[in-house]
Amino acid sequence: MKIHIANGRLIDPAHDIDQQRDLFVANGKIVGIGSAPDGFSATRHIDATGKIICPGLVDLAARLREPGFEYLATLESEMEAAMAGGVTSLAIPPDTDPPLDEPGLVEMLCYRAKKLNRAHVYPVGALTERLEGKRLSEMAELVDAGCVAFSQANTPIVDTQVLFCALQYAATFGYRVWLQPIAPRFGHEGVAHDGEVATRLGLPGIPTAAETIALFTYIELARLTGAKLHITRLSSAEGLALVRAAKAEGLDITCDVSINHLHLSDMDIGYFNAHCRLNPPLRSQRDRDALQAALATGDIDALCSNHSPIDDDAKQVPFSEAEPGATGIELLLPLALKWGRSHKLSLLETLRRVTINPARIIGSKAGQLSLGARADICVFDAEGETTVTRERLRSQGKNTPFLGHNLPGKVCYTVVEGKVMYAEP
Amino acid sequence: MHNPQLNAHGELQHLLSLDGLPREILTAILDTAEPFTEVAEREIKKLPILRGKSIFNLFFENSTRTRTTFEIAAKRLSADVINLNVATSSTNKGETLLDTVDNLCAMQADMFVVRHASSGAPYLIAEHLHNTRRHDIHVINAGDGRHAHPTQGLLDMYTIRHYKQDFTGLVVAIVGDVLHSRVARSQIAALTTLGVPEVRVIGPKTLMPTDLDKLGVRVFHDMREGLRDVDVVMMLRLQNERMSGPLLPSGQEFFKVWGLTPEKLAVARPDAIVMHPGPMNRGVEIDSAVADGTQAVILPQVTFGIAVRMAVMSMLGSN
Repeated sequence: MKIHIANGRLIDPAHDIDQQRDLFVANGKIVGIGSAPDGFSATRHIDATGKIICPGLVDLAARLREPGFEYLATLESEMEAAMAGGVTSLAIPPDTDPPLDEPGLVEMLCYRAKKLNRAHVYPVGALTERLEGKRLSEMAELVDAGCVAFSQANTPIVDTQVLFCALQYAATFGYRVWLQPIAPRFGHEGVAHDGEVATRLGLPGIPTAAETIALFTYIELARLTGAKLHITRLSSAEGLALVRAAKAEGLDITCDVSINHLHLSDMDIGYFNAHCRLNPPLRSQRDRDALQAALATGDIDALCSNHSPIDDDAKQVPFSEAEPGATGIELLLPLALKWGRSHKLSLLETLRRVTINPARIIGSKAGQLSLGARADICVFDAEGETTVTRERLRSQGKNTPFLGHNLPGKVCYTVVEGKVMYAEP
Repeated sequence: MHNPQLNAHGELQHLLSLDGLPREILTAILDTAEPFTEVAEREIKKLPILRGKSIFNLFFENSTRTRTTFEIAAKRLSADVINLNVATSSTNKGETLLDTVDNLCAMQADMFVVRHASSGAPYLIAEHLHNTRRHDIHVINAGDGRHAHPTQGLLDMYTIRHYKQDFTGLVVAIVGDVLHSRVARSQIAALTTLGVPEVRVIGPKTLMPTDLDKLGVRVFHDMREGLRDVDVVMMLRLQNERMSGPLLPSGQEFFKVWGLTPEKLAVARPDAIVMHPGPMNRGVEIDSAVADGTQAVILPQVTFGIAVRMAVMSMLGSN
């Protein structure tokens, strides 16, 4: 298929381009920007008048629930959701069942994903076997199988000696280790941010210090081992300050925030809204404001969906019994745009946080529109709207705190490796 | 945000928490309870107000005392009472909370009295009834996790009003394990709503939830300081499993520092009343000399509790 995407405003943050330019695609690659290569004859024309043409989005955390949790979601359902959200590259956390600690599993996941021919998957391997925090996983083998980094997902390592060794071993090869800052034995029985809201509602609290204590440990171990760190899902102003200081010190450390923590606070729990039961917990409005500002200054590198499809049965229970998490891959672009608008950022800067920045953290060439690059493209209407309803969500998980919201932006086309995989209905 | 406790006319649809209820509604419940205290003294202790109504006591957590007082209140209003002790019957974990509710709705329940170990469980039921358009069914929270125990809070307010008449000049101290206490949360909400100018809480830092002061109370750790010149002392129960471990070294030490003894009570106003939601741990949070003393109003609390629960049930039944 040869595609000519015409009359659109092309935004490619990787190259600081924001101009009216046509895009030409052939054989799965970008073959022309602004002008067609000689002899190009399109088999499909996409009129992007009034629309934005940008790289397909890159999401640093999308749980597709395979293997092990197919009752919650399947690759098929979640890939459809990714396409509808304009997301063409996904990092997959290792907390599947069994976890991604074995090269065969990773190969199978990559093979299944490739066969579906939707978004590209970038598995994040388990840092330790079965995520148990005891024995190292076969990192080199896992990288050969397709892993791009290593992580413990939501299960922190209890034994600091093991964490130290895991970081040393990863640093031997230069692999980046993605860690969510959770102190293993502090506030671990909590279900909401330890503050006024949790006190009022009688919910066991998770103190901010559960995040900072973990960060102190991670950063000190990064200093000792020289490991490259990516801090996932920052939730507090205090945690952010530690990461900012570590970056200023020159440590190789990146970080991200989820769409939920960027826009919501513990006030949104209201009367025990189980959609707001998340990990990490939604913290105070002051924290949320600090996260928003840090994503704008670049102290936070990337925005991710932390897509975690959960079935209704696991949410229609009392708040503290509800499974933490929310579906989100289809909301990544709208919630990035909403944040960018409220901070008066250009679309170029807004899109940088969901394209080239996360791609660099993964270590992938995705997230950009260079000549010869893989043609992963999103065409969207920045003036359009996405209404979040159970019926419209393609993900099998219908649980998000944003149900009922009207959000800015509407994906019109998603192109993966030169094939139109989604066109707005 | 829509308050799930109120119907479209601003009347009480469910009683889930005292936090967020307007003062008029709290006062109306206390006023309604007044005549019901007399019913208990009659030879025939029954009124026909809820005749033909079915009230389900849905207890997901064991309780004898609270369930019994709800049962007595409902029976004095001539309702049919069905007790379901789900804590023991659902050990196989087969049925979800909402499935249980749906089944009982199919049995034409008019009112649920719910106790649950998880904060917010009665809200989930109320929301489910709302979403399934069963607006004629009412929910009363009989205690959810650490969150709320509104009828206990109301009977405490009734007791205070009975002995002190007016709320607006009082200093009230709540003593003990506030962290885990749904009773304390309901008391704080009611006292601040009813205009008590100074609400104090007293206890060790390990038993005080974060940002408690933002609920409108003054936090004390020293008993004598906190009890000075108070009009009302509200003791909280300390659960056995919390007496020794990471929160407290021992029941004895707790009693030594925070147990209410005649000596500590002496710094309160001479006419101060002493309350306790029961069941009491004598020698842990309260000395027998105080519990059985002239300032204690612990047994009247129980009696008033029935009248207050009758008031809540009759008001919900008519809204």
